[in-house]
Amino acid sequence: MTSFFDAIMVLLILTNLALLGTSRLRTCIHICALQGLLLGTLPLTTTIELISFRAFLLAGGGMVMKAIVFPRLLERTLQDTHVQREVEPFIGYSISLLAGIGLLGFSLWLGSRLPLPSMITSPLVIPVSFFMMMVGLLLIVSRKKALTQVLGYLVMENGIYAFGVAISPEAPFLVEMGMLLDAFVAVFIMGILMFHINREFDHIDTDRLSVLKD
Amino acid sequence: MHALLFLLLLLFGSGILALCLQKSAKAASFVAAGGCIVSCLIGLVTVIRILATGDFPSFHAGWMVPYGSFSMEIDALSAFFLIPIFLLAALAALYGIGYLSAAAATPVSCRQDAGGTYLRKKKLGGVWFFYNLLVASMVMVVAARNAVLFLVVWEIMSLASFFLVTFEDEKEGVIEAGWTYLVATHVGTAILFVVFLLLGRYAGSLEFDRFMASSEDYSHIAGILFLMSVIGFGTKAGFMPFHIWLPEAHPAAPSHVSAVMSGVMVKTGLYGIIRIATFLGPLPAWWGVILVVIGVSSGILGVIFAMSQHDLKRLLAYHTIENIGIISLGLGLGMLGMSIHSISLCVLGFGGGLLHILNHAIFKGLLFLNAGAILHSAGTGQIDELGGLMKRMPWTGATFLIGSIAISGIPPFNGFISEFLIYVSALEGCVSLHAHFAFVCLGGICGLALIGGLAAACFSKAFGIIFLGEPRSEHGAEAHECGIAMRIPMIVLAFSCMALGLLLPFGMGFLSPVIGVITGFSQQELHLHFAAYSGTLNVLVVTGFAIFVIVGILAFIRSRILSNRTVSSSVTWDCGYAQPMPRMQYTASSFVQPFTSLFALILRTRITYSPPQGLFPQKSSFHTETPDRFREGLFRPLFEGINRGLSKLRWLQHGRIQLYVLYIALILFILLILKLW
Repeated sequence: MTSFFDAIMVLLILTNLALLGTSRLRTCIHICALQGLLLGTLPLTTTIELISFRAFLLAGGGMVMKAIVFPRLLERTLQDTHVQREVEPFIGYSISLLAGIGLLGFSLWLGSRLPLPSMITSPLVIPVSFFMMMVGLLLIVSRKKALTQVLGYLVMENGIYAFGVAISPEAPFLVEMGMLLDAFVAVFIMGILMFHINREFDHIDTDRLSVLKD
Repeated sequence: MHALLFLLLLLFGSGILALCLQKSAKAASFVAAGGCIVSCLIGLVTVIRILATGDFPSFHAGWMVPYGSFSMEIDALSAFFLIPIFLLAALAALYGIGYLSAAAATPVSCRQDAGGTYLRKKKLGGVWFFYNLLVASMVMVVAARNAVLFLVVWEIMSLASFFLVTFEDEKEGVIEAGWTYLVATHVGTAILFVVFLLLGRYAGSLEFDRFMASSEDYSHIAGILFLMSVIGFGTKAGFMPFHIWLPEAHPAAPSHVSAVMSGVMVKTGLYGIIRIATFLGPLPAWWGVILVVIGVSSGILGVIFAMSQHDLKRLLAYHTIENIGIISLGLGLGMLGMSIHSISLCVLGFGGGLLHILNHAIFKGLLFLNAGAILHSAGTGQIDELGGLMKRMPWTGATFLIGSIAISGIPPFNGFISEFLIYVSALEGCVSLHAHFAFVCLGGICGLALIGGLAAACFSKAFGIIFLGEPRSEHGAEAHECGIAMRIPMIVLAFSCMALGLLLPFGMGFLSPVIGVITGFSQQELHLHFAAYSGTLNVLVVTGFAIFVIVGILAFIRSRILSNRTVSSSVTWDCGYAQPMPRMQYTASSFVQPFTSLFALILRTRITYSPPQGLFPQKSSFHTETPDRFREGLFRPLFEGINRGLSKLRWLQHGRIQLYVLYIALILFILLILKLW
């Protein structure tokens, strides 16, 4: 099982880097969906003995949400708002990728320093989950469109999810469902918000919202 | 305790219900005020029973907040502070029904986004909700026994009163007054956070009983803790120079709210100082000296500034500062007594201070309600535009007179009793203490005498200009007596002034458990010392009765003399003028001119004066304005300096969401790295 788990971890790292290097919004959404799919399999791989009903439900719920519902919502927003299909970064793709590599190194260092309980499924999981959170933050910070910020938020949330799954396979079911619901509501509201921002300002570039400051 | 929890729920519930019912101003008023009055009556009965039986209830419940818990207890000190809170809150709520109905009836113009104005009627749901919230939070503040809970309810109290202050936000200056209050109260709260965190650090818990138990652990920083709590709580209480919010916020707030804020809310600051002092173990003498010095300076400066004010509510706000000074003088003398284990000094000092807390709540509440009635019927609080109101508003006038006598500390009303006790304690200190402390007590006596005299002068001005003579403008001429809902609270409070003046000397015994909580002396000792002064106090009662009898006899004689003569009214004096007019009367500023010119160095009154010129003088004018010295000279430069310093950091604020997220993320990462390094 461990090798399978590690394979997923490596794939997650790759999806993150791909997100940083992609210029098309639709592709970004698809990569996010893929990431959600990969994450959804995590609860199934961590419970080594027997795949419990709980893990199954969690995996199923997570996959449906992150791989189907969120991408659908975001694509709908993309269509409704008729914005340019490009990411429009503040910092270029290659520099974003380099920053991503740097963050990966930083999170590996973090993973080695962080005092943790011994029962972790794989040594990779902590660095990867930190890496995902940081990439999420990087996406929020370095991209102009509100849509990419929603994506960044989702990636960050994925990182937290991975962290939670890895660190305590027995984390309360309710907490995880709560997190899913939280993310769902957030994406939903942000979708509506973006639609309204677009209607009001004819764009969803958050940097141009700075004209609103006093 | 169940009764208290129930009344808190009732207060909160009726507030929420008023918020829901705000379509109809009348319904909202009746529900919220009704809930408030009922719960305050329950509270009064409960508190009096607690004090009478000596059975002090407590309540504990867990709370999810770290280090927090719902620990509440009513000991004698809390119970004592609850009495004025419940009494004044109930009466002010009744008054508020009448007062706010006028505010709801007249539409006010509101600013719209586009710059135009439109008329709308005020909704009362919000103001009643915050009023009930304010009352509930004051009850919680004196009952809380956990620092987190205390700070939370303290903050609720500040915010609720902020929203009440800004209720009439269509008027000029109200919003600025609200901001002044908000900033001042939060600066104070910030200092309180430090105080409680330091206490918690040494005690290992944020429960008050743990603070009390581990007083030796922080004996080395006790002095700093005390000073910080004097500043933090003193900001709420209105010690000079932290008083600047009072003269702004009290005139801005609706009058029944000013009555509650000035009568009881500022006292929670004094409660805090007393409560903190009980945690800190044996008191050094200089703490008492500090309170005496603050008391005398606040008292004298407060009354001097009060004298030069033209706005009635502003004048009353400065008198609040003065009375807080008197109270703090009494408490300081008590603390001085504690430090040298002189029980009689403790009994007299704390007794006088605590009684003055109760008395001030009653007469200042009364005076603010009077001011509200004047504002309500004459439409202005400018003293110089009023006059002759005694004929038009006899009830308001009579109760204002009683309140004025009481606040000036003149027998036979209640203010005299507490000031008398403070005098006696200062005399006791002069006789029994070492030379340098005796000097402090002597200063206290002189200060108190000066305060009393100036207060009497100031209130003769206020009463004389407003109620006697002839109306100085059409405002005064159109005045009429207020409705029954506003009249009853004023009459009840005026009656309380009178009754307490005669009954307090007998009821001093109920203070001994309160003083016991503060000082830790046993009940028997305290009772013994109270008994030692009973002879003196009985003389006070007899004198009080004698004054009433003499006044009654004089009134009887007057009516007998006048009964078989015709009484007519005519022009007062005309000194050869062909047409005497109301403008020839004394103005408020000319009445107190001898005093204000005496203190001109402190007051720095701005005078704009163009004297009459030539043989046939035509246009001339005279205008005085006394801005607050501390606001203008200390806080304005300070805050402008801070503003200038901080505006250099403007470049950090771009309005870009991305950068803000980056700031937050960077800080978090730096913290993480520092922790893991």
